Amino acid sequence: MNVHEYQAKALFREFGVAVPDGELATTPEEAERAAKNLATKIVVVKAQVHAGGRGKAGGVKLAKSPAEAKKAASEILGMTLHTPQTPPEGKLVRKVYVEAGSDIAKEYYFAILFDRSAEKFALVASTEGGMEIEVVAEKSPDKILTTFVDANVGLRDYQIRDLGFRLGFDGDLVKKFVPFVRGLFDLYMTKDCSQVEINPLVLTEQGDLLALDGKLNFDDNALYRHPEIAELRDPDEEDPRERAAKEIDLAYVGLDGNIGCMVNGAGLAMATLDMIHYCGGKPANFLDAGGGADKEKVKAAFKLILGDENVEAILVNIFGGIVRCDLIAEGVVAAAADLGVGVPLVVRLQGTKAPEGREILANSGLDITPAETLKDAGELAVAAVKGAA
Amino acid sequence: MAILCDRNTKLIVQGMGRMGTFHAGLSREYGTRVVGGVHPGKGGSEIEGIPVFNTVAEAKSATGANASVIFVPPPGAADAILEAAENELDLTVCITEGIPVIDMARAKSALRGSRTRLIGPNCPGVVTPEQCRIGIMPAQITKPGPVGVVSRSGTLTYEAVDQLTRLGIGQSTCVGIGGDPVIGTHFIDTLALFQADPETKAVVMIGEIGGSAEEEAAEFVRANMDKPVVAFIAGQHAPPGKRMGHAGAIIAGGKGRASDKIAALEKAGVAVSASPAEIGETLAKAAPGLES
Repeated sequence: MNVHEYQAKALFREFGVAVPDGELATTPEEAERAAKNLATKIVVVKAQVHAGGRGKAGGVKLAKSPAEAKKAASEILGMTLHTPQTPPEGKLVRKVYVEAGSDIAKEYYFAILFDRSAEKFALVASTEGGMEIEVVAEKSPDKILTTFVDANVGLRDYQIRDLGFRLGFDGDLVKKFVPFVRGLFDLYMTKDCSQVEINPLVLTEQGDLLALDGKLNFDDNALYRHPEIAELRDPDEEDPRERAAKEIDLAYVGLDGNIGCMVNGAGLAMATLDMIHYCGGKPANFLDAGGGADKEKVKAAFKLILGDENVEAILVNIFGGIVRCDLIAEGVVAAAADLGVGVPLVVRLQGTKAPEGREILANSGLDITPAETLKDAGELAVAAVKGAA
Repeated sequence: MAILCDRNTKLIVQGMGRMGTFHAGLSREYGTRVVGGVHPGKGGSEIEGIPVFNTVAEAKSATGANASVIFVPPPGAADAILEAAENELDLTVCITEGIPVIDMARAKSALRGSRTRLIGPNCPGVVTPEQCRIGIMPAQITKPGPVGVVSRSGTLTYEAVDQLTRLGIGQSTCVGIGGDPVIGTHFIDTLALFQADPETKAVVMIGEIGGSAEEEAAEFVRANMDKPVVAFIAGQHAPPGKRMGHAGAIIAGGKGRASDKIAALEKAGVAVSASPAEIGETLAKAAPGLES
């Protein structure tokens, strides 16, 4: 789960990590008031959306007075931001964060994440702050510094000092770097983060370290023990269908094709998308109905798939292990009866209770094209769409 | 011979809830020696003829179990893994999906140097055809034979096994290593076991987007294996930045793409099936004469 910059910074503050003063605003007037309260020479008005690259897209503006802050906010609020990280349709800006300007002496990059190969947490830092870290990694990998932290040993002060000296900090600055990184690591471990990223981390003219930007991701699997974090979820930032899917415990990812897919298991669901492409078609979605798929879930999944107006055919691909194909078949029949599918339906049932499931479908009187193998399923679904076009 | 489990394996089930009990029954029907269950507070009782104990220690001393399968819900699953390790079982297979990464990172770190091999979590388990079923796989689709199968996925494993069986090609052992970011046993560990197993003549490896385990496996195959290996990588058309069902299946920061994994595997001499429907045929071509 992602949160906004202003929410990340509130958590930074809670863990003793220095950030500039700032206030959230949802109207130009609130932005003006925030600038007055901050009373700094310069304020920065920043669009609050779950995407990076806001500056280049016009979502971050400097203001030298409360009146300018109001004007900047009126320009940013309601705009649709297009950055390399937003979906094709862009993201509507509903909130801005008005922040005190800082005197920047130098910019750095800092992040904490989990390194899957090392199976340890990784502190990642670079002197090349303010740039896209992927670009730095590509062009000058030697400028990316990494320190690994064992989950049970924990982060030791010497590791932070070592990282600070490698960044070129002097002794005084390293003394400030230790509690700064300590705070972020405590935040990461206490709240079950999956990523902390500060780009840029700045050294001010006054010699202080400050998190100028802040990005926080959380481990969805750990949200059950952090209700205060789960509350930070902003439904406006999520794809409505992905959100609806999550609520009924289905994994759904919208895609831009026209063949709706319902599959059990993530691997087979990915392979089904691959199969459709291989047969010359384009899938409309990824949908993993999960191990506990039953009649109700199938119905809910159909509703979700049919909510996408691009869908011209549906492919159901079930390989029953825990999942029973007869229950899936009942769900398909119920969904078709209640929702009126209205597009060609290709169904492949294999594994546990597959013959029973196929019989239910055959006796239902519904116009369902049965498929035997994965190859048949892909070819029949693609043919169904071509027939409809 | 096979890897990980066979007809001598004595299995206990940690977490005798609805799922655990159901699959304990199926495993027993398949011929697996399911010798007990562990469910704190239910010790001394019997569930469907399986004696239940309060702790792994009690279960092990009473039954001589050397393996466990874990169905404990996510908040207690990492604990269950550590309990299995503390009691020096040879193998523990964790089926549970949704364990927080930090819990698994701590458990994995604690397992270093332990005698217990962990498979999973978030995996379908292990089947040695006609000998032993640990987990949730539909064992009836397997057939004994010479091909080792290792996969990050559940249902896609069934798909691959089914393709092999339909071609008359049997399996030595089928291993689902799990779809989470932190897992106990990786591709390379499993490939090493298959390479050392005289009964295994060829290997099918099913990977997916996310992480770099397939790239590491490619390097392992190149350096250490003389048995034919074929592969399929799921998620060739997955959009970057989206988690595709499995917690570990995500292309992040330009890393974990299927195309990079396929290129690495092909460079190491692994035949990669372009279509998920031709995994069996790809194996039959790369290692002819394994039908029975």
